[in-house]
Amino acid sequence: MSEVPQLEDYKFGFHDDVESLYTTGKGISEDIIKEISAYKKEPQWMLDYRLKAYQHFEQRPMPEWGANLSEINFDEITYYRQSSGKPERSWDEVPEKIKETFERIGIPEAERKYLAGAGAQYESEVVYHNMKKEYEKLGIVFMDTDTALKDYPELFKEHFGTVVPPTDNKLAALNAAVWSGGTFIYVPKNVKVEVPLQMYFRINDEAMGQFERTLIIVDEGASVNYVEGCTAPTFSSSSLHAATVEIIVKKDAYCRYTTIQNWSDNVYNLVTKRATVAAGGTMEWVDGNLGAKTTMKYPSVYLNGRGARGTMLSVAMAGEGQNQDTGAKMIHNAPNTSSSIISKSIAKDGGEVNYRGQVTFSKKATGSMSHIECDTIIMDEKSKSDTIPFNEIHNGSVSLEHEAKVSKISEEQLYYLMSRGLTEQEATEMIVMGFVEPFSKELPMEYAVELNRLIAYEMEGSVG
Amino acid sequence: MSVLEIKGLHVSVEGKEILKGVDLVLKTGEVHAVMGPNGTGKSTLSAAVMGHPSYTVTQGEILLDGENVLEMEVDERARAGLFLAVQYPSEIAGITNAEFMRAAINARRDDEDKMPVMQFIRKLDEKLALLDMPEEMAERYLNEGFSGGEKKRNEILQLMMIEPTFAILDEIDSGLDIDALQVVAKGVNAMRGEGFGAMIITHYQRLLNYIVPDVVHIMMGGKIALTGGPELAQRLEKEGYKGISEELGLQIEAAEG
Repeated sequence: MSEVPQLEDYKFGFHDDVESLYTTGKGISEDIIKEISAYKKEPQWMLDYRLKAYQHFEQRPMPEWGANLSEINFDEITYYRQSSGKPERSWDEVPEKIKETFERIGIPEAERKYLAGAGAQYESEVVYHNMKKEYEKLGIVFMDTDTALKDYPELFKEHFGTVVPPTDNKLAALNAAVWSGGTFIYVPKNVKVEVPLQMYFRINDEAMGQFERTLIIVDEGASVNYVEGCTAPTFSSSSLHAATVEIIVKKDAYCRYTTIQNWSDNVYNLVTKRATVAAGGTMEWVDGNLGAKTTMKYPSVYLNGRGARGTMLSVAMAGEGQNQDTGAKMIHNAPNTSSSIISKSIAKDGGEVNYRGQVTFSKKATGSMSHIECDTIIMDEKSKSDTIPFNEIHNGSVSLEHEAKVSKISEEQLYYLMSRGLTEQEATEMIVMGFVEPFSKELPMEYAVELNRLIAYEMEGSVG
Repeated sequence: MSVLEIKGLHVSVEGKEILKGVDLVLKTGEVHAVMGPNGTGKSTLSAAVMGHPSYTVTQGEILLDGENVLEMEVDERARAGLFLAVQYPSEIAGITNAEFMRAAINARRDDEDKMPVMQFIRKLDEKLALLDMPEEMAERYLNEGFSGGEKKRNEILQLMMIEPTFAILDEIDSGLDIDALQVVAKGVNAMRGEGFGAMIITHYQRLLNYIVPDVVHIMMGGKIALTGGPELAQRLEKEGYKGISEELGLQIEAAEG
């Protein structure tokens, strides 16, 4: 079949010269953590929390069971940087240079059409924040995490760190020590947020670590759908993104958390995402990993109340030099809980995609069930994929199904589409889009469009 | 007027020669039927014209208005005006029928000249109605879970949406009941005209009661053994391939393909 021209430049590989208002410089130490906390004018408990987490980070070895992380040099990373003085209340007040960058990723459009309220994180601080008035009236809190610590100290302290403790893993400890920015959402009892809440953010400086911290509390009977998408410019040396997301879904509440990450191919994307769900509640992760050099991310749901439900729907795509090590954890700690994991992966140009998952049924999980489905397309001989499920069953009356399928793009399908006039490139793209359709149909429309554009872009040059 | 010329075509599959010198000239405005017993190379002819990767042309030429088709990729042949309705269409999950047809139509058009959505929908509704297909067929995934009959109708729907210069219909009648056969024939007849030529490959004369061909070819042993008018198909129905082969002094070779 014909050769398709190679085109592998990173689409959002531009780099704006935004001057930082304040930075701690490279490296991490107790002094730097004290400096960050003092600069943010945080309460003493938060500084203590950070310092304790830092101690754990220092003692904890790097995880060695997954992707290769040996190239990360913690001394070469900038842990705090602020690019604008304070969160902005209106779009007009956002600095021109930053606006221009956002415009190139398409924020204003998304804003106009779908946003109910949005904060856009640029480097380590939220520079733009907007919230529809009617939501404020309903008591919904949607703001950057730093502001939430100041404005809602009790609500914050009650929940912060209760889902992902600093001792969970080395990267979670690092995040707890140096966290900055992120999203805070509180939805009061029985309030249903109809329109998705959205946030874009991006890393914009070389060797810049981004350690955002997200905390979402969905009170009893409430519901929310939060969407984040991110893109980053290309740089020569590796960047680190070590975020923590904590979600508390209370009784009969519902939360969906949608992410599409498209970090440039030098970023280590090491994220701890976890939710706890009380009786009758539902947590849904929708997680797309297209970019980054290395991703290690296993969104988890702790099903702690009777009848709680957790789902994970994910897409991972790995090209040359990329390793997407992703999966999910479903921990069934109560009777009649259910979970579903659907993982779709694509490996091309020597990329590596692995599914690594854990499903645990505790002694109390009588009558619970889990369904796992892993589908992979491997585009060429150089690429790799592995499925590594880990199941732990401590109760006899549970049900667990696992299906895994690895395939190539079939020559018959390609021939059929090409015989209708599509080029090999277009035909391949179409087959791949069809493959990820169960994922893309769950996205808000503009994200589905963006995902299709990204996939089309990623598929260029991968045919031949 | 356009012309599809097949000259002295020899085709092999996995090293085995199936076509042994086929000559055929199809012009727009004409419908040709290619008939013949099983395993005589009818489907091989259609696959070779479209450019299926498993079929190797070892000798001969295929020309479309003088252009060498054999030098074109499959998609280039399609965009040059060729269309093949296949016996076993592929299923593509996640892509709707409508989405696919729109992509196929637009693949033939320049960037500035893509078919507007409303125009596409009007055309689609019109063709769906003509083929007696429910509207939801357009929103189902391409051939996925379609019955045999639905797949055949869907091939004709694509034909009518894409409007190629030349269509080859490979056993489009196999497995169809009489109602479906009539619907398929209605679709093909609606395409007939100055700017369209078709080659209908079939075992049975039955389809030709509904789509009356201008020319009938009988293929045997990898060659066109006999060419005539519609009356040839009638004769075949009475005498069978055996009678005709005896008259021509030919052996019917039992072969696959």
